[in-house]
Amino acid sequence: MSFFDKFPAMERTDLRDLKKGIDSSFKEFSRSWGEGIEAFFDPLFYFLVNFEKLLLATPWPIIIAIVAALSYLGSRSWKLSAGAAVSFLVIGYLGMWNNTMSTVALISVATFICIALGIPIGIAMSKSDRLQAIITPILDIMQTIPIFVYLLPVVMLLGIGKVPGLIAVCVYAMPPIVRLTNLGLRLVDKEILEAADAFGSNYRQRLFRVQLPLALPNIFAGVNQTIMMALAMVVIASMIGVKGLGVPVLQSIQNQYLALGLMNGLAIVALAIIFDRVSQQYGKRLQRHREGGNDV
Amino acid sequence: MSDYKIEIKNLYKIFGPDDKNMVELVANGLGKQELLDQHQHVLGLRDVNIGISASSINVIMGLSGSGKSTLIRHINRLIEPTVGEIIVNGENVLAMDQDKIRDFRRFGASMVFQNFGLMPHRTVLENAMYGLNIQGVVSSEGEKRAQHWLDRVGLSGFEDRFPAQLSGGMQQRVGLARALATDADILLMDEAFSALDPLIRADMQAILLDLQDELHKTIVFITHDLDEALRIGDDIAILRDGELIQKGTPQKIVLKPANDYVADFTKDVNRARVLTLDTLSHEVGSKKGLPLESNLPIEDAMQKMVESKFDLITVMKDNKSIGQVSLDDMVAAISRPKPTDSGSTTNYR
Repeated sequence: MSFFDKFPAMERTDLRDLKKGIDSSFKEFSRSWGEGIEAFFDPLFYFLVNFEKLLLATPWPIIIAIVAALSYLGSRSWKLSAGAAVSFLVIGYLGMWNNTMSTVALISVATFICIALGIPIGIAMSKSDRLQAIITPILDIMQTIPIFVYLLPVVMLLGIGKVPGLIAVCVYAMPPIVRLTNLGLRLVDKEILEAADAFGSNYRQRLFRVQLPLALPNIFAGVNQTIMMALAMVVIASMIGVKGLGVPVLQSIQNQYLALGLMNGLAIVALAIIFDRVSQQYGKRLQRHREGGNDV
Repeated sequence: MSDYKIEIKNLYKIFGPDDKNMVELVANGLGKQELLDQHQHVLGLRDVNIGISASSINVIMGLSGSGKSTLIRHINRLIEPTVGEIIVNGENVLAMDQDKIRDFRRFGASMVFQNFGLMPHRTVLENAMYGLNIQGVVSSEGEKRAQHWLDRVGLSGFEDRFPAQLSGGMQQRVGLARALATDADILLMDEAFSALDPLIRADMQAILLDLQDELHKTIVFITHDLDEALRIGDDIAILRDGELIQKGTPQKIVLKPANDYVADFTKDVNRARVLTLDTLSHEVGSKKGLPLESNLPIEDAMQKMVESKFDLITVMKDNKSIGQVSLDDMVAAISRPKPTDSGSTTNYR
């Protein structure tokens, strides 16, 4: 009866050896390959560092003007544009300017990477059911695995700093854009695609003239989600040495600085709202053709 | 080369994983239902042979499930056949490689769809230009040509609208302009007017007939509506369960239905509008009648006869009398033929 009382688990020593084996082989791997992998990510590092330096070196009135202009270009709304400018003024007045610039740099670069990788992956997925079956569980893992679990190997490989932080943010923020690109392309009306084929479109013409434009609202929802999730990672990224608004939040948790945490936390919220509203308005404008007056 | 512009020979289409091996069973007489029950394959088309003459409107008609939409998609190979040949301009479409079939679709045959198939993100003008974009025509030239066809179908002033802002009839005009703009001499129309309400449909039929008078394209027109088929068709082919049942001029279909199925189809037709004087004309004495053209429908002839004082019509062709038609002849022709007593007419409705 002891079979039912006690779970037939692995011998404790075997289990310990297994774990040890995995640990030591990964350590071995990171010792021999760590530098190479670090070198591989160097361009990313320089890109991020230089972008951050550029933002910090630019005089603040110019940054605010750019923020207001970009908000207006995206949303075509003076209110939103003015709101963004005021938020940045308040953030700067409360002494969070440099941290905010660092965070904006990180989010921008992370979003850029997610789009550059995520959209092609999404396109490939929409073409092949098998690829979709392979990638979907990977995306599930990326979104649900506790962040610290993959932070550890990344830190072991690359050490503490901006690049591992960036990778952590991208791992977490990329799934929505991949999923929604795939979904958007698959949802394009079959009859419209048949029409495209009937007129002799080749693969590129079909993709760029018909499928992508029609999937754009979904793809854009993916971009929006990616930005939001990247912002949500700012505090955790600060734990592995990424500068920005996350650092003071982390300090406030450790030292019970209520006001410090609140202010920096609200600054993150302000950034999120600005990014979200502007990108949503822009996405809506892309769909102006849907506002038919005359429904058939 | 044959006399036909498009020739479909021994075409079979069976849907299912093992379609090639099913052809023989079907050729040996296995029915649609048995094929589905015993082999889980769906019969699309069975041994279809149709010749389509150039510069005419060829209607392929049948009820839903008869395989008519499947058939038209074989002509530009949107659907691959199981076996068979499709010869267009002397060339086998099924032997073309990807590049060639693409060129054929770009320059040889354009298509109009039941639910229009317009691209919602493109304006009316951009939609009409789509085929030209794909052909690689420079945009200024393409715009001019697309605009020309939009004007021809009566859409001047709507160039910058989006499809969602137009009514169904107008959307299909865009579809027609898009197909005409590529200058292909074959036009494939898949239930093009079926989604439109009756008045708009009649309008579109008139537009198509007008354009055809001038353009002389080879049009393959799919429909399930016999009145539409009779109105626009130079030639009608009737499909049932993937098989060609009868092919001929509208008059022949109405006057000499090949079997009960076709007879049942045609029984509610307005025969006075379909039948023309020459089908009734016969030689009788020398009594002088009202001279009327031989291709005049009986409906119009009766009207003219009532207005005049004659009780007889002299049928004229090329300014020569080819026979006579009396009022009794016409009444007999338009009265409904005796219903066939085989009875069960409902099972395929």
